[in-house]
This record gives sequence, structure tokens and C-alpha cells, in this order.
Amino acid sequence: MTTPATRPGHGPSRRTVLSAGIAVGGGLLVGVPLAAPVLSKSGPVDFAPNAFIRIARNGTVTLTMPYVEMGQGTYTSVPMLIAEELEVPLAAVTLEHAPADDMLYRNPIMGAQETDGSLSMRAAWEPMRRAGATARTMLIAAAAAEWRVDAAECRAAEGFVVHDRTRRRIAYGDLAERAATLPIPPQVTLKDAAAFTLIGRPQKRLDSADKINGTAIFGMDVRLPGMKIAAVMASPVLGGRIASLDDREARRVTGVRSVVRLDDAVAVVADHWAAAKKALDTMVVTWDDGPNAGFSTARLKGELDAASQRDGVVGDEAGDEAGAFASAARRAEAVYRLPLLAHAAMEPLNCTVHLHGGRCDVWVGTQAASRAQAAAAAAAGLQQDRVTIHNQYLGGSFGRRAETDNIVQAVSIARRLDHPVKVVWSREEDTQHDFYRPAYHNTLRAGLDRDGRVTSWFHRIVGPSPLARWLPPAVQNGLDPDAVTSATGPYQFPNRHVDYVRHEEHAFRSGFWRGVGTTHNVFVVESFIDELAAASGVDPLEFRRRHLRDDPRLRAVLDLAAEKSAWGEPLPPGSGRGISLLQDFGGTILAQIAEVSVHDGGSLRVGRVTSVVDCGKLVNPDTVIAQIQGGVIFGLSAALYGQITFSEGRVEQGNFDSYAAVRMDEAPRVAVHLIESGEAPFGVGESGTSGIAPAVANAVYAATGNRVRNLPITSDR
Amino acid sequence: MPYRLTINGETREIDADGDTPLLWALRDILGMTGTKFGCGAGLCGCCTVHIDGVAIRACQTPIDSVGTAGIVTVEGVDRTDAGRFVQQAWIDLEVVQCGYCQPGQIMSAAALLAGNPDPSDGEIDEAMSGNLCRCGTYSRIRDAIRHAAHLAKPAMETAQ
Ligand code: FES
Ligand code: FES
Repeated sequence: MTTPATRPGHGPSRRTVLSAGIAVGGGLLVGVPLAAPVLSKSGPVDFAPNAFIRIARNGTVTLTMPYVEMGQGTYTSVPMLIAEELEVPLAAVTLEHAPADDMLYRNPIMGAQETDGSLSMRAAWEPMRRAGATARTMLIAAAAAEWRVDAAECRAAEGFVVHDRTRRRIAYGDLAERAATLPIPPQVTLKDAAAFTLIGRPQKRLDSADKINGTAIFGMDVRLPGMKIAAVMASPVLGGRIASLDDREARRVTGVRSVVRLDDAVAVVADHWAAAKKALDTMVVTWDDGPNAGFSTARLKGELDAASQRDGVVGDEAGDEAGAFASAARRAEAVYRLPLLAHAAMEPLNCTVHLHGGRCDVWVGTQAASRAQAAAAAAAGLQQDRVTIHNQYLGGSFGRRAETDNIVQAVSIARRLDHPVKVVWSREEDTQHDFYRPAYHNTLRAGLDRDGRVTSWFHRIVGPSPLARWLPPAVQNGLDPDAVTSATGPYQFPNRHVDYVRHEEHAFRSGFWRGVGTTHNVFVVESFIDELAAASGVDPLEFRRRHLRDDPRLRAVLDLAAEKSAWGEPLPPGSGRGISLLQDFGGTILAQIAEVSVHDGGSLRVGRVTSVVDCGKLVNPDTVIAQIQGGVIFGLSAALYGQITFSEGRVEQGNFDSYAAVRMDEAPRVAVHLIESGEAPFGVGESGTSGIAPAVANAVYAATGNRVRNLPITSDR
Repeated sequence: MPYRLTINGETREIDADGDTPLLWALRDILGMTGTKFGCGAGLCGCCTVHIDGVAIRACQTPIDSVGTAGIVTVEGVDRTDAGRFVQQAWIDLEVVQCGYCQPGQIMSAAALLAGNPDPSDGEIDEAMSGNLCRCGTYSRIRDAIRHAAHLAKPAMETAQ
């Protein structure tokens, strides 16, 4: 059902946008113009009132998706927004991946063509509905002109314009040609929420059918005529170089075509990946490890600890934290440490490149198509408009496929070849050359009064800033807003101080990981608040309720979680319940309650998980449930097992035996309860992941009395 | 000397070294990309196919070990009753997220149900724990297997 987007009128459309400056969209957050019609130079005119919708004369409705599908359901929920206003059945639309084009397809929140930060739904909510409504308005105008009636007497339904009085109707396809000649209306009316027929009702995912019969094409599955396949080995130490290389045996392996030596990596190109990998494994490489040769996890820990002694940049301050702490009736202090994490998406990184005639074609699953295009252009030594990104389904990403290192590497390899090449990383290569979720050091202290109320809260966060690399203007005066996000949780503390000490390492790269700042701060805050509850002798749920910011949505989520989880009802010995509560980016609220049992040998089992989520307006409710369920498993894998460690500059983990993930036999049942509130949707892709680690850690405390202050849990017990 | 393998009922020739894993013969030589690569070490189950009805990891199966046994891949699993019911159940319960692991999940589930029409929780765990899903679709997979078993019941009864 998905076809690569070919858009012959691409260039002209960009000029049209710039010259005419048609701003149909009027973005919710940052004004983003919906691009103007794509005018095809030859053939019958399709109706394409903006860059997202094309209606052919045969009635085919094609939607071009600016947000990528990596499992989160965007390829269903975004079409729902358009189809709702366009009045077409969801099952009748065809989807295309958008080509790289910031002008046409940027995410109005990020300002670039990116799918990240759980922002797609927030960013798409108004512009995509407006895109559909614009097309609908024009189709109705075309029909009214044809019938010589007032447009106000016509309505759209199921892909037709209908004139009830005369019982006439015309299919959209038959209106396409005339609609394409009409001016784009500057104002359109969006449907009233009460009239929604798609939004808010569970819809089947549009990408399922191809994904269960093996026909869906991921980046890994791209095949081109004359294409060869490469296996690659990069320097195990970041910044290392090849000192010497003996490839004599490698070249003798059946099916091997060539060996490509880059400064920091070597690739074997062969007829199939097995031959390439077999040859690569025979290669004798001596590396010059460079300045990071001595790096280790112990050194990282020491450096973070030392950095935590410095004062940070203030992220949040109120009252007199130091004074209130000094005079508190009871005081608590703790240090929490979080490890580096890999993404370990199910599809190992890969990229297919064809350089020919001064052009560069790239087939890859990317979260950031325009960044991918720029990176490929730089690596190929070409202008950006000579590079075409053919985006593919992503076999998971979690932030990893926002980076472009695999693309740069594949282009560098392709430059030395005269045929297309698909570069496929091994699982070990994927794990060892990741952009890791940073390791963080957290210092906390809090004061309590005699009634068990928090009077002061101090939180110092030490870690690197992926955001400073990604979006430099977002980091002002040294403060990384992502690093301090949620650093006081959804609570109100009268005296507080949150600061951030930036500490960068050069021995590895850090990046986004399914909600970077939130994943770490929610664990720390929700664990420490649990410590304070215990120190005060107050039930942890009740303790949270007493400290909530004054927001009825927070209270409603917490109360429903208590009810649905049977909070307070006794559990067998060796078992316990733990809770976490979070609010993401000021939007989605999630409470999670986990039940664990700890067995004699210390082995831990997570039983039932109850989640209550309020993500504003629900678009596709089942997708929200699936995202929370999946996020819990992803976060649980990290909480139980996730850690990347270094020795002599090298990552010590490789495949799923050393970088383990939760499997079916350890997967808890996750009950998700939805509360709908508000007019607009918030994202949910990252919330489930953030909340589960503290819920489980707090349950471990309830079951055993052992407080988990370092992750993964299995390393701390 | 090419190897001859029976895949989804057809004879296919593969000209490669005998130690070439079936996974790469399928994907890179025959162009059957439905069977996925996830780890190359028998740890993730993405590459699961059936050999004479048994779920095996294609990344750990050299082509010279297959002989005349019949191979079924995700592209052909809908020709088995269990495969069809499993695929239907996957749609009914909206199991899929990114989808990359799902061909392997479906092959493991279809082999399980073909041999055991009414698996217990423990039997499902045992059959499915070799298949990782980083998107975390496990609870839906479990429910879908039960649902597929249920869908299969009337069909099995008519067959008897
Ligand atoms: S690729 Fe075969 S088990 Fe992972
Ligand atoms: S659906 Fe993405 S790995 Fe299973």
C-alpha cells in the first residue's frame, strides 16, 4: 500500500510556496504554511491542494506522510486527521513516505522534518485537519459550480459531494480537475468535535497487513538492480583509525567483490551479507585507538561524581531551599546514578546508496529526512538538491534513526564503488556504535516538616547535552531544558533548587532515547519522593496526592490508578506495589502501578502493571494503549537489564545475550485505562517508558525494604 | 554446485557456499526479504522459518543442512491453516507496531499452534520467548495466539 513518493513537480512546488506565500495552515504552535499545489507539468491534472493530499481523476486519494512510521501508529493516526476533514473512508487512502523537504514537510514544533519527541500528534493536530478541510472546501466549491448551486447547500461524505435537495452527488475523482483550477481558500471551517466520525474511535492500523505477510519494505529490505551488500567494522574505540589491515584471506571468500578501507572502518562488499560478514571476520585489523583508548565506565563514574561537586546552571528556583533544608524537622539525601543505554532497535542499522551521474540516491529509514539529505550531500560532495532520500519503514528507532552516521558511512563506501551498495551493520556493530542515552549523576536532598510535608527540594543533574548538539539554540546560557525537564515532577514544593552541570565525554556519543530527560528524571524524582514518603511514614500514593500541583487532571489520574490497581489491598509476602506519576512536556499525565514479587534467590518478577493515562484528546485510542503497553516493556528492559559499559575504550556489550531485553516469559500484563480531557492530543510515545522503572523500583522497596538508587535494578540488588 | 531447496512448495536453486545461512540465501540471493535479520546469533527469532513444520532460526541454519526438507517462510505461511488463523488474529488484535519482528513472531506462533491447538500460558512462553520484540507487543501476541486457537477450533472440528 505504501509506494515511494515520486514527485515530479517537486521543484516548482517549492517555488510556488515561496512566491505565493500561501499560508493555509496557520500552525497551532509555530506557523507553518501548508505547501501549495504540486503542479504536474504533463498529463491530466490531479487535485493537490497542498503537499499532503492528492486526488487523482480516477478517485485515488494519496496522502503523503511527513511523519515516519516506526511502530507508533502515525501512519494511521495522521491519515485519520486528514480523512476526518476530507470526508473519505480511511480504508480508501493510499500512503506515501514524504521525500526530504523541510519547506514542505517540517514538523512545526521542531522546525525541521523530524519525527521525534512524541511530538507528531501535537504538531499534526491542527495543520493536518486544516489540510483535509481545505481540500473538502474546494471540492464542494467545484461541485457547487458544476451544479450552479450555493456551496452552502452541499456537503461532503464518503468521498462524494452531495446536494441533498436535488439528490445529486459527484465523486471526488470527477471533481479533481475542476477543483485544481480553484483558488485556495484563505479560511476554512474545521469540523466540530461532536461531528467526528473517525477521531476518537478505534481504527485499524493501515500498515498491519503488509507487516504480517512479509511484503512491508524496511530499509533493510531494499533491493536494486546491480546492488551488492556490505558488512562493516568500525573502530571499536571512538576516534580510532586503522593502522594496518590484512585482507588477503577475506578476498578469497566466495562471493566477495571488494574491500573498502575508510579511515575509521573497513567494509567487505559481496554478493550477499553472509559472504561479506564471513570475509570481514577473517580480516586482521590493527587499530590505532587514539585518545580514547583508556576510557572505562569507572572513569566515567569518577568524572560524573567530580562534576557533581560543581555548582550548576539553575533550571528552577523558588524560595530559600538552603535555609529551609537547614531548618527542616527531618532531612533526606541521596545520590542516584543512571547508566548509558543503547537503543537496540529490532532492525539493525543499514543504508543503501547509489551514486550515479552527479546524483546520490539514499534508501534508509530515517526520523529526520532533511538531516539525512544534508549529511549524505556533505559525504558525497554534492549539493543537497542532488540527493534524494527514499524513506522506508523503520524497524524501530527510539531516537537512533534521527542520527545520520550510518548514512555518511554508507555514502563514503559507495563513493569507492561503481554500483549501488547496501551497508548492513551486525547487531554487535549496532550496539557498539550507538548514540547512547547519557549516564546521569543526580544529587538530591529534601527537608520535611513534622507533618510530613516537603519544605525543600534540591536536585542537581550532571550529564551531557544531546540537545546542544542537535538544536544548539535550544540551550540558552548553558541550560539544557531537556536535562531538567520534570525535575520536580508534578509536585509543588515551596522552596526548591534544580541545577544542571553539563559534562561531556569524548569517548562515546550520546543522543536521544525515547524521552531522554524524562526517562532519567522521572526515575529519580519518583524514587526519591517514595523515599520521602517512607521517611514520613505516609502511604506513597497519599504522599504524592498531598504534594500535587493544583491540577484536577493530575488528581483524577492518581485516583483512578489507585482504584484500578486495588492500591492498599494486601499482597502475599515477598510482593509489593510501587507507583510512579509523571507529566510529560506539560501534557500527557501517566500513573503506573507495578506489582513485583521477589523470590528466594533474589529473582524478580514483575506481575501486573496498571497504567492510567490522560493524553488530552484521543485520536486513535487503541494506538495510545499500544504505545503505553510497548513503552512499558521498553522501559522495563532498560530498568532490569539496560547498561552499556566501557573497558579500554570499547563497549563491552554486543548482542542480545550481553545487552538483554525483556522476553515474553517476563512480560507483565499491562492494563491501560484512558482518561480523555481537553481539546488537543498530546504525545504518548515516550511516557510509558519513563514511568515503569520507578514503579518497579518502588515496588521492590515495598517488597524487600531495599531502595534501588542505581539502574539497572539487577545490578543494584 | 547449486543447492536445491524447497521453499513454499517451489524448488529454488542457490549458488553459494554450503555454510551460507539460510537467512541470507533467502534475503540476498532469492530476494525473499520477509524473513528478517535481527541478531545473526539465534538470540532474537526475527529470522524464524519452518522446516518440515518446525520453527527454526534461519540465521543458524546452513543451506547444506536442509536437504530435501520443506521450508515455509512468512511469504508462504498463509497456505497453512495455522498460519492463516495467526495472521487473522494479528490483525484482529492489532498486534503490530514497527512490525520488524512480526514475521518471526508469526512463524513461531504458527508452528506452535500447528502442533498444539490449545497451548497453555507456559507453552506459549516456551514457544515464544526466543522471539524478541523491542516494541513490546508481547501481551497482544499472547492474546492473539489464544484468539487464533479459538478461530481454529470450528475449522478443526469440521476437519474431524
Ligand atoms: S536473526 Fe536469527 S535469531 Fe536473530
Ligand atoms: S513490532 Fe517492533 S520489534 Fe516487534
